[in-house]
Amino acid sequence: MTAVEITLNVNGHDRPVSVPPRMTLVDCLRDMLRMTGTHVGCEHGICGACSVMLDGEPIRSCLMFAVQAEGHKITTVEGLLQSDGSLSDLQDSFWECHALQCGYCTPGMLVASESLLNENPDPTADDIREAISGNLCRCTGYQQIVEAVQMTAKRRREGASNG
Amino acid sequence: MVDAPATLPNYRYVSRKRRTKEDRRFVSGRGKFVADVDVPGMKHVAVLPSPHPRANIVSIDTSAAEALPGVHYVLTGDELAEGTNGLFHGLDIPNVIWHPLAVGMTRYAGEWVAAVVADSRYIAEDATELIEVDYESLPAAVDSEKMLDEDQPLVHPAHGTNVLFRKTWEWGPVADDFASVPHTVSYRARWGRSSTVPIETFGVVAKWDDVNEIMDVWASIQMPQYQDQIASALRIPMNQVRVHNDVDVGGSYGVKRGIKHTVLVSYLTKNLGFPVRFIEDRLDNMSGGDAHGPDRIFDITMAFDDEGVIKSMKVRALDDVGAYPGRAPLQLGKPITALCGPYRLNSIEYEAISVTSNKTGQVPVRGFGQSPTNFAVETGVERVAKYLGIDRVEVRARNLVRKDEFPWKIPPGSKYDSGDFHAVLAGILETSNWDNLIARRDALRDEGKLAGVGIATCLEPGGGNNIFEYLFNPKLEITTFVESVLIKVEPTGAITAVMCTTTSGQGHETLVSTIAGEELERDPDTIRVVHGDSLEALPTRSPVASRMAIVLGTATSKAARDIKAKMITIAAHDLGVERDQIEYGDGEFSVRGNPASKLTWPEICHIAHKQFHRMPPGHELGLQSYAVQQVPGAGSLPDENNEVPLYPCFSFQAHVPLVEIDPDTGKVKVHDYFIGHDCGTAINPDIVRGMIIGGVAHGIGAALYEKFAYDSDGQLLAGTFVDYLLPSAHEIPPVTDSEHCTPSPMTSLGQKGSGEGGYLGAPAAIASAVNDALAPFDIEINELPIRARDIEAALYEKTK
Repeated sequence: MTAVEITLNVNGHDRPVSVPPRMTLVDCLRDMLRMTGTHVGCEHGICGACSVMLDGEPIRSCLMFAVQAEGHKITTVEGLLQSDGSLSDLQDSFWECHALQCGYCTPGMLVASESLLNENPDPTADDIREAISGNLCRCTGYQQIVEAVQMTAKRRREGASNG
Repeated sequence: MVDAPATLPNYRYVSRKRRTKEDRRFVSGRGKFVADVDVPGMKHVAVLPSPHPRANIVSIDTSAAEALPGVHYVLTGDELAEGTNGLFHGLDIPNVIWHPLAVGMTRYAGEWVAAVVADSRYIAEDATELIEVDYESLPAAVDSEKMLDEDQPLVHPAHGTNVLFRKTWEWGPVADDFASVPHTVSYRARWGRSSTVPIETFGVVAKWDDVNEIMDVWASIQMPQYQDQIASALRIPMNQVRVHNDVDVGGSYGVKRGIKHTVLVSYLTKNLGFPVRFIEDRLDNMSGGDAHGPDRIFDITMAFDDEGVIKSMKVRALDDVGAYPGRAPLQLGKPITALCGPYRLNSIEYEAISVTSNKTGQVPVRGFGQSPTNFAVETGVERVAKYLGIDRVEVRARNLVRKDEFPWKIPPGSKYDSGDFHAVLAGILETSNWDNLIARRDALRDEGKLAGVGIATCLEPGGGNNIFEYLFNPKLEITTFVESVLIKVEPTGAITAVMCTTTSGQGHETLVSTIAGEELERDPDTIRVVHGDSLEALPTRSPVASRMAIVLGTATSKAARDIKAKMITIAAHDLGVERDQIEYGDGEFSVRGNPASKLTWPEICHIAHKQFHRMPPGHELGLQSYAVQQVPGAGSLPDENNEVPLYPCFSFQAHVPLVEIDPDTGKVKVHDYFIGHDCGTAINPDIVRGMIIGGVAHGIGAALYEKFAYDSDGQLLAGTFVDYLLPSAHEIPPVTDSEHCTPSPMTSLGQKGSGEGGYLGAPAAIASAVNDALAPFDIEINELPIRARDIEAALYEKTK
């Protein structure tokens, strides 16, 4: 199968890559670009482990071909870190609230949560449950994830009012 | 989270709110899962599943697959069976042969028949479609109850029957006890075939190095005796197998037992000369991964008096382990350790039956059979209450072991170590505001809705010694299940602890660093915990059976205390006083009554490593200690009455959910969920809380949604997440967790197990709530999962 030369914009950087047309975006990110923070869970669009942001919206990178992502801005869990490599407030809140156990669904949960907070800076617990309802977690029962997102929202609101 | 810190030792780190050691790498996207392991030159495996539940393999033509560019090899079952030994079973069933690929016959739909090795997974999958297999389809054995009949198709013809194990035990005077009380209830409770279904599938990478004669294995594994079984199957010495335990495991809860996957890729790399990787896709995982859970029918009779005090019970448990049993039948054995739940029964009869069928194989699932058993026992307690018209909370209170009765020996021999069950029960009534909850239920009913409040009181045994293996197979004369740790202090004073297994979310690095930090009065954040590979590791039996806080935790205390003792010896010698004159605190060793005469932590480390002239004569250089921990209270085989202690520690939990059922669709909504929980000393409260709530979520799934359903021909009907329903954040309510602490006398800091916690009681509690909601219609459903369509059908029957 002839490979296709494409350029993907991942976390603000243009990354030229040669992929078979049938390669999914998640396989391209993981196997070609070696960005392994994004995980594969079900490969049929249910579990949300492979969630990345495409132009700010959470999408399933297992349901998209890499070639379809050219020309869009892709954000992965690695792109949520601050520019100096330190944790974002959301990542830090996940740590503070122990919003994970095995850590496998966590990158997808972070992407879904960040997308929510970008749209809604003051979400209710129900809003958060709605936003992460497309991401399955077998460890936590979701509660500490909800608490971590609430903590982040509070931090951001307080940061905004202080600044 | 610990409700009475004033009554506990004043710990610095233990039981305190502290961030975990592991979470940082996961929120950064820097976990190292097996699919992240990139071994240069590795090739990729895809497998071909059988479409038939039971069929003879007439022929396999691999030529077209082999001819596809990018394909390196196509392996069939005959070749693999020739080159490897069969896989391990817990039972003594020598004629039930298990290989990673089907040999001669396929025994379930989804069983792997051939494996392709190619440059990429994409090409390997293309090639599987080019393999031509000629099958002779045969009728399948599907209905587990029929396996006791002789005329069923045989899953393993050489074994001669589909019954793999059948034995009855009697502990205590069952007949006398039945004769001594006026009432009995008999009932059936059925646990559906579900599993833990982690979001990460199983995966393994193997690399054989024929110069150094070593098999490197990276796997998402949670399994005792993994390296032993790899070596045995491949016919190589165990010291030629190196399992890398620093692979993060993306969830397991018992099921990541990929021995057949591992033997498959290990054989391939050994014969092909390059590294080989196999990562299950979701269909591989659900249909062919041999990772289903218990599928169990309980028939129980309870005998009780006018007051609802249960004296005895007879239990028959029939479990369908699928086509290849592995260790699964032993899941009928572990619950013997808490067979009567937290209740004061005087005798028990237990018949355990394990049958094979043409279904995907079963593996150990969270609690190792305890959650189905708890559900079955709780169903009986509800029956007793209903029969006598006594409140179901009151019936439980009358039967629970009382706090002044510990250690409490149950008929099969286990001793419940400690607890205050009545305090936890009283606590949950208060936390849940029980009367108000009943009022809310009734208000919902007044609005024309169906609503119910549930209750369950259950035990979580922790730290098993695995003597149940011997009860099921006397050839497995095992009386311990060790765990070890090595702690070393570097010349500069930095502390490193080596644990010996993988971790799948339980927070073992936090466990070890917190306890070592507590014992040594050093900041746990500065203590590094590494996962030694299987060649470097001390004896381990892996993180199963809610055992790591108990066994690894106690080992950590012992090793740390030994290091402290060594440092005191060095300080006493150097300062010229007796050992008992040295006081230790906050990293300083000083002479009692003369605090100016002291040595600091780094000074002693420097002496121990580099200053032989200042060391006590004959004292070992360096600062290191290891502890190999026996299961507390274990070590003997069963006595002449087949009584034996199986687990040392028993955590207790009380669950109270409020549910509403849509009368038109049967859909259940869980409104509120309260749990009272006592696991002794919680090492890290956030970790305990997370596992409890996560366990509840897992239990809600098993109670209401999750089932590996089969049709009557043996075809799996749930091979995707569209058919096998995992609960999302919508289905799981906020859970209110109130923690109690009755320290265990069996462990170093009073800790008990907590990893299986919520899962062991939630299915019983949800069933209780649903049946409370259905009680006005005189409907009782004792078969899990209770799906919306089951409720709808039952309501339709009653109201049509």
